Amino acid sequence: MRTGIVVFPGTWSDRDCFHAVGEILGEPVRYVDHRERALDDLELVVLPGGFSYGDYLRCGAIARFAPVMEAVADFANRGGLVLGICNGFQILQEARLLPGALLRNASCEFRCEWVHLRVEQSDSAFTLDCRPGQVLRIPISHGEGNFFADAATLESLERDGRVVFRYCAPDGRVTAAANPNGSFGNIAGISNARGNVIGMMPHPERACEALLGSEDGLAVFRSAIHALTRVAV
Amino acid sequence: MYRAEVFVTLKPVVNDPAGLTIRGGLQALGFDSVKDVRAGKYLAITLDEPDEDRARARVEEMAQQLLANAVIEDFRIEVQPA
Repeated sequence: MRTGIVVFPGTWSDRDCFHAVGEILGEPVRYVDHRERALDDLELVVLPGGFSYGDYLRCGAIARFAPVMEAVADFANRGGLVLGICNGFQILQEARLLPGALLRNASCEFRCEWVHLRVEQSDSAFTLDCRPGQVLRIPISHGEGNFFADAATLESLERDGRVVFRYCAPDGRVTAAANPNGSFGNIAGISNARGNVIGMMPHPERACEALLGSEDGLAVFRSAIHALTRVAV
Repeated sequence: MYRAEVFVTLKPVVNDPAGLTIRGGLQALGFDSVKDVRAGKYLAITLDEPDEDRARARVEEMAQQLLANAVIEDFRIEVQPA
């Protein structure tokens, strides 16, 4: 799985993503500078977490205009796999590659903790290896992950099965207590209509080794590998 | 030269945790009459345009493309000669 990890000024999770894909999974991976304009050599593009451009104005608002984002949009429109994690999710929304917005957490606190995610959609390119209803243990680390969309958008996301992950209790129940940030419908991750672009607030790259507390994040990356072998890009 | 002031606010339907927290702080200080607080952003932009209409139109474009996110925010612009 030829993977590119996009690095903006202020990105902080690029090395963790590189480690997960390149060293743990042993897949070919390279960093992609925010000024690059060609992604033709890649099969998966990851927009990692961080504080691109200091999160000035709004999270992801400035990164959206980086030269590489035009190439990311072309890549996504051609069916390439795009995974936006945390700040990467915010950037994909600002770029209108995914709907909705991520508001400040309802608690007004930065939340850095383990959460449980229920897999709502096992047909997406990043959840093929999961069972519907499977619970993954993956950490979050954000101050602005409170998923918002207008009523019509929310309805279409639910109707079309584009809600990929929901925050849940360890037993899989979707409860208010398991919602770390106030997201509508406990939504933690969504996909585009085609299913090749996913944004999620939790950090699967930080849950890829038992030593770090969980290997559940591997399912996200392994699913992408299987999606590529199933449908040649 | 013109000076534009841009006020970016969350749409009324969007929850504003920061505003709620500030309201709680004001009430805790004894400002009992405070019923609601909405937090927003303020930007002052100085720009070189030939007339006020042109300056306003340019700042509108800026607000639509970057300064506000139409999914969650509204904006208001005031323009004066600088």
